[in-house]
Amino acid sequence: MSFGPYLLLAVLEGLVSAAVLALTAVGLGLVFGVMRVVNVAHGAFFMLGAVIAWMVADALPGPPALGFAAALVVAPLAVAALAAAVDFGVLKRLGYDPDATIVATIGVLYIVEQAALSLFGPDARPVQAPFNLRLQLPWFGYSGYKLAVVAAAVVVLLAVWLVLSRSRAGLVMRATQIDGETARAFGIDTDRVYAGVFALGAGLAALAAVLVVPIQQAHYLMGGDPLLLSFIVVIIGGLGSLRGTVIAALLIGVSEGVVSVFFSPTLAKILATLLVALVLVFRPQGLFGRRAA
Amino acid sequence: MSDTGRILSLHLAVLAALLGLHFVAPPYHHANLARVMVLAVYAMGYNIAFGYTGLLSLGHALFFAAGLYGTGLTIQLAGWPAGPALITGLLAGAAVAGGLGLLALRTAGVSFMIVTLMFAQAGYLTILYFTGYTRGEEGFVLPAAARSIGGLDPTGEAARYLLALALFAVALAVNLGLVRSGLGRVMVAIRENEERSRMLGYDPFRVKLAALAISGLYAGAAGAAWGWLFGYVGAGFATIQYSILPLLYVLLGGAGTVLGPFLGALAMFYLIDIASGLTDAYLMVVGVALVVLVLFAPKGILGSLRERWLRWLP
Repeated sequence: MSFGPYLLLAVLEGLVSAAVLALTAVGLGLVFGVMRVVNVAHGAFFMLGAVIAWMVADALPGPPALGFAAALVVAPLAVAALAAAVDFGVLKRLGYDPDATIVATIGVLYIVEQAALSLFGPDARPVQAPFNLRLQLPWFGYSGYKLAVVAAAVVVLLAVWLVLSRSRAGLVMRATQIDGETARAFGIDTDRVYAGVFALGAGLAALAAVLVVPIQQAHYLMGGDPLLLSFIVVIIGGLGSLRGTVIAALLIGVSEGVVSVFFSPTLAKILATLLVALVLVFRPQGLFGRRAA
Repeated sequence: MSDTGRILSLHLAVLAALLGLHFVAPPYHHANLARVMVLAVYAMGYNIAFGYTGLLSLGHALFFAAGLYGTGLTIQLAGWPAGPALITGLLAGAAVAGGLGLLALRTAGVSFMIVTLMFAQAGYLTILYFTGYTRGEEGFVLPAAARSIGGLDPTGEAARYLLALALFAVALAVNLGLVRSGLGRVMVAIRENEERSRMLGYDPFRVKLAALAISGLYAGAAGAAWGWLFGYVGAGFATIQYSILPLLYVLLGGAGTVLGPFLGALAMFYLIDIASGLTDAYLMVVGVALVVLVLFAPKGILGSLRERWLRWLP
């Protein structure tokens, strides 16, 4: 294969990971933006989504599309419910103190990972894609499902944007983000907003995981990379900015796809982590953010 | 008795008890205690940054690994004698912490945690990237012959325990001296109110940098001692988990107390030890301990004791 098609393949792969990454990172960014909570357990919620997807698909007989569709509904809801419980049982009682919530979510991360290991086992398990369509390009065939993932991510992100900017729920969320005290004074139940945002963030991660699980198998340690990459994306995009997060996800996802085709993936990761650390040190508002976070 | 007298007798009593245990502890616990004492030095270093100065770092594994590899690689690759290799490890911890501090201390709070986490992750990946030299995850074993310093051989159980105790004693004494010194008091002042201490004429950046470098020195010493005493060097020690462990020890024992890190390391070590006898889900224990601690005992064991009864505890 000559260089051009090779690059095209790398970009396509990059787009797929960017789509999944954008969904995951928007969840993390939303939680940080509204609640000022750094959710270290976000990767664990992602992993849990994939594992539940496998369980649902495995339990349902019939065509793979049916199991996948069921997983698409069940996994995000189940993970969102768990997240709401964590918010109610732990984060709320800590008063959303930034330091304490980090420590607590590290604890949640360990609990969820260990539970997945004990109940699900150490093996990586595949979920069948709902359809097997292969797009024949002049140079190589490409999985139609992967392109569907990109489309699905775009739809979901648009929906999130619409909810945030046009609906009453979004208004309430933004009000809580800007000034929780005043929002409470206007009769907004900020506790419910926080629980809802935390559940929504975790649900988005789970949804991304369900989408990715036919491409990449479910495994109890699969949450590490998405967590780290989401951090990177949220920071580069500017903490609390949805648009910046999506742009950064595209940037990181595509460049990671391209770089890891041509260079060692470890080296790519080292450079990405160092870059993020330096962005945080020298440009804490992120590359696209306007005011200091 | 004066406070100073009480403090001195308490800490001397702890050291004496540990020395006594050397003669009476059953072999299994004897070996465990040697490990706990080295880990406690690591946790003490963490406490200097987190407990006293209020710097919540999620990257201390980098400093521990700097000590571990600073000693391990100079012995393994450069063929250095153990003495200079140990000092290299010790200084590597402080140097890496100081260098990281110059950058990371420009941020605070959540950003500081993420920056330290990212640097530590980059360090871990770097160790993996140079697997040809570091043997990566698999690690390497330091041969016994290369570890002795002028006839002092750390491979026997008894020598290992006593050397760990000596390191622990020095670390404890320095820690005690530090928190009772002027610098120690300014560190606490900065933790409590950075703006006010700046107004009083202290430079928070320099004090925090000093605290972080001392903290790194401790972590480096613990890492170097770990490689020297137990003879194994591996990338596992550079993972995020080894940044979380000292945080856990300190939270459990009591942040901002001199004996807290040791108590926390001891309690957590045995909690995991007992739990892993019952179930192999030991990470669950760590997770539940973290959540329960921040929820119900954010001050830890000694922190709570100090609040209620022992006001004089350093």
